[in-house]
Amino acid sequence: MSPSRRVAIMVTCMVDQVMPEVGVAAVKLLRRAGYSVEFPVEQTCCGQPFFNSGFRDQAAELAKRSVDIFERYDAVVLPGGSCTAMIRKEYPHLLERWPGGVARAEALAARTYELSEFLVHVAGWLPAPAPHAPRVTYHDSCHMNRMLGLGAESRQLLRAAGCEIIEMHESDRCCGFGGLFSIRIPEVSNAMTQEKLRRADATGAEVLVSADPGCLMQMRGFARQTGLRLAHLAVLLEELTR
Amino acid sequence: MNDVSFHSFRAQAAQAIANAHLQSAIDGATLKFRTERKRVLADLPDVEAMRDHFKAMRAATLAHLDEYLEEFERNARAAGAQVHWARDAAEAQQIVIGIARQHGATLAVKSKSMTTEEIELNAALVKAGITPVETDLGEWIVQLAAESPAHIVVPALHKTRQQVAELFSREVGRPLSADDIPTLTNEARRALREKFLAAQIGISGANLGVAETGSIVLVTNEGNGRMVSSVPPVHVAVMGIEKICPTWDDAAVWLELLARSSTGQPLSVYTTALTGPAREGDPDGPRELHIVLYDGGRSRLLGTSYEEVLQCIRCGACLNHCPVYQEAGGHAYGHAYSGPIGAVLVPLLVGLEQYEALPHASSLCGACLEVCPARIDLPRMLLDLRAEEVARGIIPPPEQLIEKSAAWLLGHRRLFNALTDLGRVFQRPLVSKNGLRVPRRFNPAQDRQLPSLAPRSFHDLWQELAAEEAAAPVPARRRRPSRRTILTVAGVSLLPLALLWRLLRRKGGKR
Repeated sequence: MSPSRRVAIMVTCMVDQVMPEVGVAAVKLLRRAGYSVEFPVEQTCCGQPFFNSGFRDQAAELAKRSVDIFERYDAVVLPGGSCTAMIRKEYPHLLERWPGGVARAEALAARTYELSEFLVHVAGWLPAPAPHAPRVTYHDSCHMNRMLGLGAESRQLLRAAGCEIIEMHESDRCCGFGGLFSIRIPEVSNAMTQEKLRRADATGAEVLVSADPGCLMQMRGFARQTGLRLAHLAVLLEELTR
Repeated sequence: MNDVSFHSFRAQAAQAIANAHLQSAIDGATLKFRTERKRVLADLPDVEAMRDHFKAMRAATLAHLDEYLEEFERNARAAGAQVHWARDAAEAQQIVIGIARQHGATLAVKSKSMTTEEIELNAALVKAGITPVETDLGEWIVQLAAESPAHIVVPALHKTRQQVAELFSREVGRPLSADDIPTLTNEARRALREKFLAAQIGISGANLGVAETGSIVLVTNEGNGRMVSSVPPVHVAVMGIEKICPTWDDAAVWLELLARSSTGQPLSVYTTALTGPAREGDPDGPRELHIVLYDGGRSRLLGTSYEEVLQCIRCGACLNHCPVYQEAGGHAYGHAYSGPIGAVLVPLLVGLEQYEALPHASSLCGACLEVCPARIDLPRMLLDLRAEEVARGIIPPPEQLIEKSAAWLLGHRRLFNALTDLGRVFQRPLVSKNGLRVPRRFNPAQDRQLPSLAPRSFHDLWQELAAEEAAAPVPARRRRPSRRTILTVAGVSLLPLALLWRLLRRKGGKR
């Protein structure tokens, strides 16, 4: 980390438009960890929805756009594992079509972090235990878990904040979102989400925590069927560290 | 095998989801396989290294497949087997029928084989006047029900014992109780024994072929594979050309991983290696062994970015770990190969146009890649197939226009702000505590509550948030679009909105 301790936040399009409170919480947490946060206002979308539905040219344009916007920062933090995985794993090959693109994409990928990863491994920050921390269960989102190998960090942060974690059966089972999959084949997507929520509910936890806005949005579509509160990791941690 | 459109996949999947029995059967079986797989893989000293080794071996074999196939053919012939080459399903059917006719066969016993399912051999045999009888219990049940396998390893996964009792009762001609499992299995055993003894020909697949000795290996749990390959005087094995392994050392690794990944057994109950037909003085075994090497579109994949899919050994681990398969069931895939491997393999072998929905039947969760013994990157290939659908225009033009407009819009932050602000205005009458209230037929997400746009975007909130850090009370200045911007954007957005409307209506039911 540079001595200036400045980071850029890429809030993701979903947080920007649907759950801005997640971005707000992430900024506050980063500040509590001692960082000054910048929000490059031109940012929109990492391009993943287009990449995942086969629109490679469109995905590449948006990837290039994000590299242009974020490459000037020492570190980029995202409150979402899926978009982080997009930048780390897909940007380098998507930028092949521009001269020097791969090197630029790889350089950005190396400085891009998912929020819990950044807090634990770069900032070395852990929250102090809060007095009335809830019992939680944690959803391992697919890309964050399988493409980035992250999940222990979220749990470490939650435990430090005083939360008891009750693991659900197969916490790494997909929530059913899958981006456009949830629109193209909604019957299956919805059934997957309901299965996920049943398993989360069975833990008796008070809060179902996810570090991915996409999963959270998907699961909130069925929030009526459960008594659980569905919270983004950043939002819950921010509340517990006020 | 049927074409699989989005409509047919969704309709089949919806049926499967509504079938509580089917759901609990799939959940129960796949959970057991997942649990046992994990347990028995842990017995291996270094399973990750073994998987790496296995993948490298499979890749190296495919890189020289022609040579290994020729070596296999040479050695199989030397051992007395007859080797046939089939370019496509019709050729493979004709070869098998030809052999059967040569021996005047009217009854064929079969052991479970996904390759013969793929070439739809049973239907062709029936047409040729030869009655095929499946002798794997699950496969027999599926045959009696005139259905196709619901899982590549456990074909009758979807059947209740009541349904099985009914099918068996009809077959043996007297009522059998669903509560008396031993009687049911004994009846099946008795009925199938008669077939084994009466059949003039036995037909099987082959889990692998070993080039250095020209042997084939059958992996089964019920022993029916041994009966099929040893009781009738003629044995025909149909094997995909990609199932070649160079040496017995390689075969050992293959077998270490196959049953463990599949049913969670250290080894299947029967692992049978066959090298040529019965020899002079052998007490049993077929007088003739025929091996049909079947291509069926596989060689077309060699040297392409999809070659990796040929590393598959049909263990079914990807099905057992796939949350989409577990909800949708096997039949939604419209082909004997279902689940993640089917979603990649079927469009490649048969045609992307006919199976346009399959590459999209995945949330890209990556569980399949995580458990594949050969670490086949199915998610990558699903993505590549989706990109091909776009490039080849299989994704309909209105959808393409929507996606492309959305991407273009996201490349223009100010326009994006204006349009989303407009959305905030238009959504007002529809916003409830639980999200957007949209009539069900216009809700592409069906039962799911749609999210609504937040009252203010993060972009909009940022200035206040930035001011907090500066600790200087900067007055919150909310950027609102001017009337002119709103009008311009409304005009620009009419076209994509109209298209979106059409798309949603179609998705809602008509398609």
